[in-house]
Amino acid sequence: MNLMDFVRLATHVGLHHFLLFSALLFAIGLFGLLTKKGLIPLLMCVELMLNAVNINLVAFNHYMPVSDYSGQLMAIFAVAVAASEVAVGVALAFRIYRDHGTVDVDELREMKG
Amino acid sequence: MNEALGYVHGLVGWAFSLAEAYDVPSLIGAGVFFLFAGLALLFACGVVFLRNVVHSALSLTATFICVACLYLSIDADFMGAVQILVYGGAVAVLIVMAIMLTRRDDMAHSNPSRGLWQHAGAAVVSGLFLLGMAAVAVLSPFQSAPQPLGDAAPGLADLMLSHYVLPFEVAAVLLLIAMIGAILLAKGAEES
Repeated sequence: MNLMDFVRLATHVGLHHFLLFSALLFAIGLFGLLTKKGLIPLLMCVELMLNAVNINLVAFNHYMPVSDYSGQLMAIFAVAVAASEVAVGVALAFRIYRDHGTVDVDELREMKG
Repeated sequence: MNEALGYVHGLVGWAFSLAEAYDVPSLIGAGVFFLFAGLALLFACGVVFLRNVVHSALSLTATFICVACLYLSIDADFMGAVQILVYGGAVAVLIVMAIMLTRRDDMAHSNPSRGLWQHAGAAVVSGLFLLGMAAVAVLSPFQSAPQPLGDAAPGLADLMLSHYVLPFEVAAVLLLIAMIGAILLAKGAEES
């Protein structure tokens, strides 16, 4: 495959582009989830990963031969669940900060045996 | 003068031949996709690597808005509006509020990371994940056949109120329970 064929393949946006993009976004979120120490940054990284999943659903709905909008509907339900997850997560973070004075997950080790 | 005219003529001819070779709408679509996908990935890296957690939250909001623009580029207009309203509005405000409620000292180094070994481990894990997903995505023989489905909002409304009416109601109950639970958790049940 020479360069021009590659350019032609890369500039014809299809399902593969969206799948690779969402895999990259999910990997960035996963990296942040494993390296961050604060509770709120962990929540932000979870939001990034949820967004990557939603992009997959919407892209499959657009590019696959389907007859209705079920994929986008799944993404909307995922958004609703993610919104309630953020609300409960923020309330938990606030409660943990009030009870323990910190939101550093390395210092919250009361349950460790 | 003649040389300059000849140069311009050659440039215009080259542009026309390029436009013939790669039809222009698909090229513009590729430009939009790469612009917003690149911006979204850049801002996502900002969420992970910025030192100030308020800057991270701003970067997260920018990522959400870039993803909304990508939704608009594949005819998912209702999904793009939902993304901006829910993520760019509500979730961003909630996260900034949580940052302000849980931190009273200086913001300059408010987004700490773990040590070098944890970074190496996280890079290996997410790199392996990315490799696996990219292999699956590239090697799978998807037949890309986008077809017009009509307007998104009426189609979604028909589905939501006919075939998916039970998940719709369950989602409403879930949101109510989450709201009550968040209030109870943040306020403290024993104080009332």
